[in-house]
Amino acid sequence: MSQTANHSASTAGGRFRRPRTWRNRVEEVIPKLLLVCALLSVITTFAILLTLLFETASFFEEVSIAEFVTGTEWTALFSGDQQKFGILPLVSGTLLITVGAAVVAVPIGLASAIYLSEYAPDPVRRVLKPILEILAGIPTIVYGFFALTFVTPLLKTLIPGLDTFNALSASLVVGIMIIPLIASLSEDAMMAVPRSIRHAAYALGATKLEVALRVVVPAALSGIVSSFVLALSRAIGETMIVTIAAGSTPVLTFNILESIQTMTAYMVQAATGDIAYGSIQYKSLYAVGMTLFLFTLVMNLIAYYIARRFKEEY
Amino acid sequence: MSTEEILVGKAVSSEQNQEKWGDQAGRIRLRRWKNRVAHGAFLLATLVGVIVLAVLLTDIFRKGWGWLDADFFNNFASRLPERAGIKAALWGSLWLIAVTAPLTFVFGVATALYLEEYAKKGWLSRFIQVNISNLAGVPSIVFGILGLTLFVRGLGLGQSVLAGALTMTLLVLPIVIVAAQEAIAAVPQSLRQASYAMGATRWQTVQKVVLPYAFPGILTGTILALSRAIGETAPLIMVGAVTFIAFTPDSVFDGFTALPIQIWNWTSQPKEEFHQLAAAGIIVLLAVLLSMNALAIYLRNKFQRRV
Repeated sequence: MSQTANHSASTAGGRFRRPRTWRNRVEEVIPKLLLVCALLSVITTFAILLTLLFETASFFEEVSIAEFVTGTEWTALFSGDQQKFGILPLVSGTLLITVGAAVVAVPIGLASAIYLSEYAPDPVRRVLKPILEILAGIPTIVYGFFALTFVTPLLKTLIPGLDTFNALSASLVVGIMIIPLIASLSEDAMMAVPRSIRHAAYALGATKLEVALRVVVPAALSGIVSSFVLALSRAIGETMIVTIAAGSTPVLTFNILESIQTMTAYMVQAATGDIAYGSIQYKSLYAVGMTLFLFTLVMNLIAYYIARRFKEEY
Repeated sequence: MSTEEILVGKAVSSEQNQEKWGDQAGRIRLRRWKNRVAHGAFLLATLVGVIVLAVLLTDIFRKGWGWLDADFFNNFASRLPERAGIKAALWGSLWLIAVTAPLTFVFGVATALYLEEYAKKGWLSRFIQVNISNLAGVPSIVFGILGLTLFVRGLGLGQSVLAGALTMTLLVLPIVIVAAQEAIAAVPQSLRQASYAMGATRWQTVQKVVLPYAFPGILTGTILALSRAIGETAPLIMVGAVTFIAFTPDSVFDGFTALPIQIWNWTSQPKEEFHQLAAAGIIVLLAVLLSMNALAIYLRNKFQRRV
């Protein structure tokens, strides 16, 4: 915008004034139109914040913030005076899934990234990379179906007495879902480490493993860690797998074999149940949404900060 | 380390020296062995993804393949598994994509053009950029809440195709923008300069030089973003596309259901037959995704040759 202002200022004053033709008017209007389109994303962010804030504020007129943050019971969809709005069970459910997913995805994702970046011969890479991309492109609803109808029955044969809905199966599958994300982002970070540094290490007689673990991984650490954080933020916001496979019992537990409920799963349950517009349940949807948004926002900012702040420059 | 040991080794007696060198050889063998083990372990970890994909696909095809017949595509959802079909969901998804595609393309390309070709590198463009990357990390269900508040209630669109498509547009827009930005940034500067040297204006250059060159990349990015949109479930649930629908939409203001929603409905039923129907629905969904990706690759190759 300011650029065109400069532009017209520099020509308008001089002797070579631009004729006000249709073409020149187009030239002036286009950047403004494009800016309006570009601002759509900014407007979206503000719209998200405002809708969440507005309804959350009216939620907190009826429920105290202290009860919301410290309460250990969540019975929002119960009727009348039995309702309790303590978010901790939903947060613990979400964290249980996220930690479980991290245990699966961080080692496997990192190992895949090291293999693809340091070990894999070119033909193998050309086969494996597209397969990981396919895995990344599979809709989460498909993973949810897989968790409920394949992973859970499999786990039941290993662990007798396991609930049909349990956090273990969901977190395993969420973990599988985020493996490609960690693998590809970490691999990008490792590929960005200059060849010369690797060659220097090889020249000193290091093995491939030593080069990978003591040279490449430390050099790419900021990118790797930020890929972990981004992937976990994805796990926190993941909805369908946990809705289908993890159950809808908001309990404050750290037992991964139990049925739990995550923040996202509650939102689905509330949105699909018949709750009245403007009721406290309806508002609780926004309060939980706000909490979820804050969690992911903080993690995304941390990832962004790590990637920037600790980046090794070569 | 090794230099030091060699120096020390020279100083000590030959007997100790022998021991030292023997030890060294052992260490080298150990280090090589560790490397081989790690190589195997890393390969195995990479294969986990491949194996899971294979198991997932076989499981779904085994369960769903038998249900894929003409009736499945021509029937609406039903309480009876043998009469249930995917017609409403398939058409709903197609409507959704048909409306989302032009919207994301126009806004995505416009934003990318502004950021790459027009914006000065100042606080505004940096702010927009940070915003876009942040939006890409917002959970899809939060976009669903936005759609519910803004489009379904705010604009009074109800639980319509349009409300769903607008929500999807906002959700996948960051993906299209980033892809389009990369494609535009990859246009060689010399082409732009050649265009200016011929007396072309800025917009003429963008229109006739930059966009055609960047087109394959933009197109691929858009199609990949749309294939994300077609598989998204959570935002549609929030927007309210979960009601029982036994018709195909006639306009953007009609109610609708979509493939992932139908799959979810069937998955939540306890009966085994419905799970098999869900698997059949997943096969259809994956087939749609696969053909979209194939289209993206085909178009990219086709246009790349021309430029």
